[in-house]
Amino acid sequence: MNSTVNVAGVERWASAIGGAALAAYGVKQLKDRSPAGAALAAAGGALIYRGATGHCHVYGAAGINTAADRDDTRAALSGSRGVNVEEVVTINADADALFAFWRRFDLLPSFMTHLISVTEIDERHSHWVAKAPAGRTVQWHAEIINEVPGELIGWRTLDGADVVSAGSVRFMPAIGGRGTEVRVRLQYNPPAGKVGAALAWLLGHDPAATIREDLRRFKQLMEAGETPTTAGQPRGRQSILNYD
Amino acid sequence: MKALVWHATNDVRIERVPDPTILNPRDAIVKVTTTAICGSDLHLLDGYIPTMQAGDILGHEFMGEVVEVGKENTNLRVGDRVVVPFTIACGRCFFCQRQMWSLCDNSNPNAWMAEKVYGYTTSGLFGYSHLTGGYAGGQAQYARVPFADVGPLKVPDSLADEQVLFLSDIFPTGYMAAENCEIQPGDTIAIWGGGPVGQMAIRSAFLLGAERVVAIDDVAERLRLAEEGGAETLNFDDGDIFERLRAMTGGRGPDACIDAVGLEAHGATLDAYVDRAKAAAFLATDRPNALRQAIHACRKGGIVSIPGVYGGFLDKIPFGAAFQKGLTFKMGQTHMMKYMRPLLTRIERGEIDPSFVITHRLPLDAAPEAYKMFRDHKDACIKVVLKPHGETIH
Ligand SMILES: NC(=O)c1ccc[n+]([C@@H]2O[C@H](COP(=O)([O-])OP(=O)(O)OC[C@H]3O[C@@H](n4cnc5c(N)ncnc54)[C@H](O)[C@@H]3O)[C@@H](O)[C@H]2O)c1
Ligand SMILES: [Zn+2]
Ligand SMILES: [Zn+2]
Repeated sequence: MNSTVNVAGVERWASAIGGAALAAYGVKQLKDRSPAGAALAAAGGALIYRGATGHCHVYGAAGINTAADRDDTRAALSGSRGVNVEEVVTINADADALFAFWRRFDLLPSFMTHLISVTEIDERHSHWVAKAPAGRTVQWHAEIINEVPGELIGWRTLDGADVVSAGSVRFMPAIGGRGTEVRVRLQYNPPAGKVGAALAWLLGHDPAATIREDLRRFKQLMEAGETPTTAGQPRGRQSILNYD
Repeated sequence: MKALVWHATNDVRIERVPDPTILNPRDAIVKVTTTAICGSDLHLLDGYIPTMQAGDILGHEFMGEVVEVGKENTNLRVGDRVVVPFTIACGRCFFCQRQMWSLCDNSNPNAWMAEKVYGYTTSGLFGYSHLTGGYAGGQAQYARVPFADVGPLKVPDSLADEQVLFLSDIFPTGYMAAENCEIQPGDTIAIWGGGPVGQMAIRSAFLLGAERVVAIDDVAERLRLAEEGGAETLNFDDGDIFERLRAMTGGRGPDACIDAVGLEAHGATLDAYVDRAKAAAFLATDRPNALRQAIHACRKGGIVSIPGVYGGFLDKIPFGAAFQKGLTFKMGQTHMMKYMRPLLTRIERGEIDPSFVITHRLPLDAAPEAYKMFRDHKDACIKVVLKPHGETIH
């Protein structure tokens, strides 16, 4: 991966010639390579361009890139083949407290319901176990590739050829004392390899919705100390037969 | 335990169901000593609120004795006598901390559903469809109360159940409706709907300094009860409401108008018939003809306060009149916890006794018939209270 190609130059160039021109350029670049890529280009110019230039699109989601792309999804989540998700929630707590909880990876399964366990191996490496189809599990190793205390954690999966997923979570104070905006970016390549397939299954047809529900549970835990539920409450008969 | 269970439109039954248990650390279990049927429950009975499921336990106006407390709940003890608000709120989110309790971020387990319909989720509610959480309600012998360290209000033994029960909904609801009118000295407040909410709004408007209150309905005993509360009354069967309000206010119109009817308004005007036909054919979801009248009748620069419940899309709202007259709209589910304690104080001081609205006292077993009696205004019914365990000392 070439990090100089990654951000600054492209960014400046992109804003200089404008989105529409960039999209056209992306289509031109991609046409010979992949018709699907060309179709995607119609949806987002800069995104495709970076895919086409061989930029390592998965790493982008890990927040490796610097200040320039902080708020630019297209820059961070570039790539023509991967699934890109970005979700955000505002939590009524300060960034340090939220960061501290999230950084305890072993606590992530308390709000990411598809995870079974996360075990920290050392400062940067961890072992993840998640649910997989048919009651099985899938496991992988991950490493932290970027960490700014109180602000950002970026990670990617480590598993030889199965390295298909990367993500980041940012904690940014919201304006006007409205707590902290927690923004998650996640990217993976289904169905490359076992881990990719499992992730695709876990996140379902609507990965953004899955991430949103994870973030909602995180907010509920951080604000209310519990996640609301009705599971296990009494209810009446659901048959149409009268009770007596 | 026994509970009132919704099965389908027009089909509610008493059934034996499992007792509730603590599910979350801040929960409590309340043994229900007194509960009531609300006009909001009628919208469920009549099938106007979507996302109901057969087997749902109804009821959101209840009080009783705490019999079990979750391990994180440091506010309640077994034996406490409490009134439970119908809104469920965490107490710690942006909205709770700004007294917008019915807009709590964290109490609806089906938040995604509400987000699809309304953009953002509102708070969880007891016994009020899965859109607001699918929580089992309090028309039962026991109820599980989530975030019970925030909602339930401890009440003194010197007051009877019937005097404090309506702190669970209709008194704060009528009060917030009146407060939203920002009443100034000399104000005339017009109130559509002489049901329990309208009755509480009448008394609250006077408590807040209204000069005159005009109550509008077509049910004789409800109009009579409104008069007992000091209101002048108009029967909407007897002629044009707008013209009569105009005449009563020297051509100015009421300073504020309260719609305490909600989405099942009926009436003799042409638009009401059109609404009914459309709602029956599922072309529209709500029948807003009381709201239309309120907007039309309100004076220039006035306030339209809407405690009546709406859930979907409203047809032919005279938005031009609202805009051109510079009206202000205030509405929503009641921010219960903002009002319960101050209103308890008013009850303790003897400024009001909300039990005036009760017409029927029945065992829980009679609830299915009581729902229909209340809806059809039979037997001069205005408000039903139910006793899930028979009569108790309080
Ligand atoms: N905002 C809240 O938090 C909240 C809380 C409780 C109840 N509510 C709502 O308040 C409304 C009233 O509740 P309630 O318990 O008093 O119900 P209710 O059904 O007993 O009262 C409604 C009254 O409106 C009258 N009415 C019908 N059409 C009318 C019209 N066109 N003009 C004038 N009056 C008309 C009826 O005759 C009836 O007396 C309901 O919509 C209920 O869901 C809202
Ligand atoms: Zn109610
Ligand atoms: Zn809250």
